[in-house]
Amino acid sequence: MTAVKGQQDQYFAHFAALEERLSGTEPEWLRAVRKSAIERFGDLGFPTTRDEEWRFTSVAPIARRAFRPPPERVSPADARFGQSERADFAHCTLLVFVNGRYVEELASPNGLPAGVRVRSLRAALASEPETLEPHLARYVPFERNAFAALNTALMEDGAFVEVGKDVALERPIYLLFLAAPLPGKSAPAAYHPRNLIVVGRGSQATVVEHYLSAGGAGYFTNAVTEAVVGDNARLDYTKVQQESGDAYHIATVQVHQARFSSVTTRVVALGGVLNREDTCTVLDGEGAESLLQGLYVIHGRQHVDNHTTIDHAQPHCSSRELYKGVLDGASNGVFNGKIIVRRGAQKTDSKQSNKNLLLSESAVINTKPQLEIYADDVKCTHGATIGQMDPEAVFYLRSRGIGLEEARAMLIEAFANDILDRIPLAPLRTRLQRALTDKLAAKGQPAGTGASPAGERVSVLVEEA
Amino acid sequence: MLEIKDLHVSVGDHEILRGVDLKVGRGEVHAIMGPNGSGKSTLAQVLAGRDVYTVTSGEVIFEGKDLLVMAPEDRAREGIFLAFQYPVEIPGVSNLYFLRSALNTIRKARGLEEIDAMDFLKLARDKMKLLDMDENLMQRPVNEGFSGGEKKRNEIFQMAILEPRLAILDETDSGLDIDALKIVANGVNALRSPERAIVVVTHYQRLLNYIVPDVVHVLYDGRIVRSGDKRLALELEEKGYGWLEDDRQLSAAGR
Repeated sequence: MTAVKGQQDQYFAHFAALEERLSGTEPEWLRAVRKSAIERFGDLGFPTTRDEEWRFTSVAPIARRAFRPPPERVSPADARFGQSERADFAHCTLLVFVNGRYVEELASPNGLPAGVRVRSLRAALASEPETLEPHLARYVPFERNAFAALNTALMEDGAFVEVGKDVALERPIYLLFLAAPLPGKSAPAAYHPRNLIVVGRGSQATVVEHYLSAGGAGYFTNAVTEAVVGDNARLDYTKVQQESGDAYHIATVQVHQARFSSVTTRVVALGGVLNREDTCTVLDGEGAESLLQGLYVIHGRQHVDNHTTIDHAQPHCSSRELYKGVLDGASNGVFNGKIIVRRGAQKTDSKQSNKNLLLSESAVINTKPQLEIYADDVKCTHGATIGQMDPEAVFYLRSRGIGLEEARAMLIEAFANDILDRIPLAPLRTRLQRALTDKLAAKGQPAGTGASPAGERVSVLVEEA
Repeated sequence: MLEIKDLHVSVGDHEILRGVDLKVGRGEVHAIMGPNGSGKSTLAQVLAGRDVYTVTSGEVIFEGKDLLVMAPEDRAREGIFLAFQYPVEIPGVSNLYFLRSALNTIRKARGLEEIDAMDFLKLARDKMKLLDMDENLMQRPVNEGFSGGEKKRNEIFQMAILEPRLAILDETDSGLDIDALKIVANGVNALRSPERAIVVVTHYQRLLNYIVPDVVHVLYDGRIVRSGDKRLALELEEKGYGWLEDDRQLSAAGR
């Protein structure tokens, strides 16, 4: 614990530097939030595997490492950053972040309907912090999550999506977070992107949050997203993690749902060497429904830990959860699905399923449902499967002329497509399907050696001014 | 076309085929009959390349090539097709996609051009009509949620698309009602040609009323104990497999 504590100091230094830079420009409420968050981070320290919530995931590699704060500026804004992604998602309202900073030149805001605003968090913090006050840091439980606390203390940029009342947003909102190499020989950086999505009563929105390596190496992304979904509102949210093969990615997604709201939360994890996803939704209004879907495809020495929490706080809510994993090489997966049914949350209807396909004998998955039920008239089911590729199915395909590798790939893709097929953006779906195919083809290549995970389209390397 | 010589096959320590000899010529239809556990399905699966079985001795020559050294996909590309007794369900892979991939791999192996999606759809529709199949089955995942009869039809449908040189039908009749049986048999008969051989593996004579064989073999206890023309099938039907048991004991006693 002491060793771990020792490395906390760098973050206190980052905090001090940030405070100085902001030098009292932020409103009091925000300063107070940051202050309590950094204190909380100090008290909690990095979790260890003695902590039940982190039993199978050691964050020691992150805790021990020196990271620099994000660079002040990304300049020049290189037009090549995420070029192919920007072309694919040009029809969206696209915000591009490079090394933790919003880069206006790369954005394609497109026309937004009245009542909808999509801005960088930094711009909102600078000009109208009062618009953030009702929601920012109000949902994520940073008092018991050290990484969320760290993010809250150090957050500087990200996206602020505000959808007013009764607006059906046709264009998806695409938030692209690129990690580019830093100049010279400086230590890799720790990024704390922070997003806030507010969908007003009766509105509909589709949001994608995509983390993609653009040549960066060894960096640490510590992301937090809060989403607040009003009465009768709908949100389809997809988070894609395609970080560099030696990057660390820790993320918390916290969703708050009001009456009769409907939310899909989809988390796709392909990259990184160490990845933890905390995905939580609170059904805090009668009749709300939530669909949680996840896919992790890992190989080499990758480690992905999905912790989900579905909190049924009100009666007549339903939740459906399906997480699927494909694990190859000596990779390690964790799924922990917590479902809480609060006292009085009668007629809760909840189904959870975690399915895993192990492609090698050294891959490991730890899967655990965790039900806490305090109401007596509820339907809750859960199930987990861990299996190898079905030899009968492989033989059947081969007996029709399809080669062994192709047969295996076909079955794995079919398994994964259960999740990918439901992504509402065709170009993203195609990209991820291709990334999956490439990744399977690259099987056996060691991850965590600085090589980017297969399927990633590394767009550019640029030097910073 | 196909020559099996003294084939011995085991699963673990258990020998299932104990010296099978069989010759099938181009254009011929052979029936292999036998009671449960006689090794019929094992023979069918070994020909297709199922690796849970170990060939301990003997050889299988197909069109002059050693079949036993080939991977299952290579056998399919050489023109072997097995209609499974229990077709496998493959969730997430559409019938259409699966079959077009299969056809194109086989066409490529034969030096033919790949067939595009539109042409394939047209071909598939024609063949489905032949088997009186619901077109929606094409869009569905392979065999998933199909009824027993639909699965069997789907096997023959695949065969009609892939146009094998040697088709092996493993108990394709089991679980079919008479109407379905007729449809399936029609589908098979439509594929009879001087260039193609068909081996029908079956427990009952019933199917052979519709797919009339040139030669009937009786497989018993891992060996072909008798061969004859289609009348042998009727004789078996009449006397039952117990007849073979008596017969064998007699011949053993007389030795």
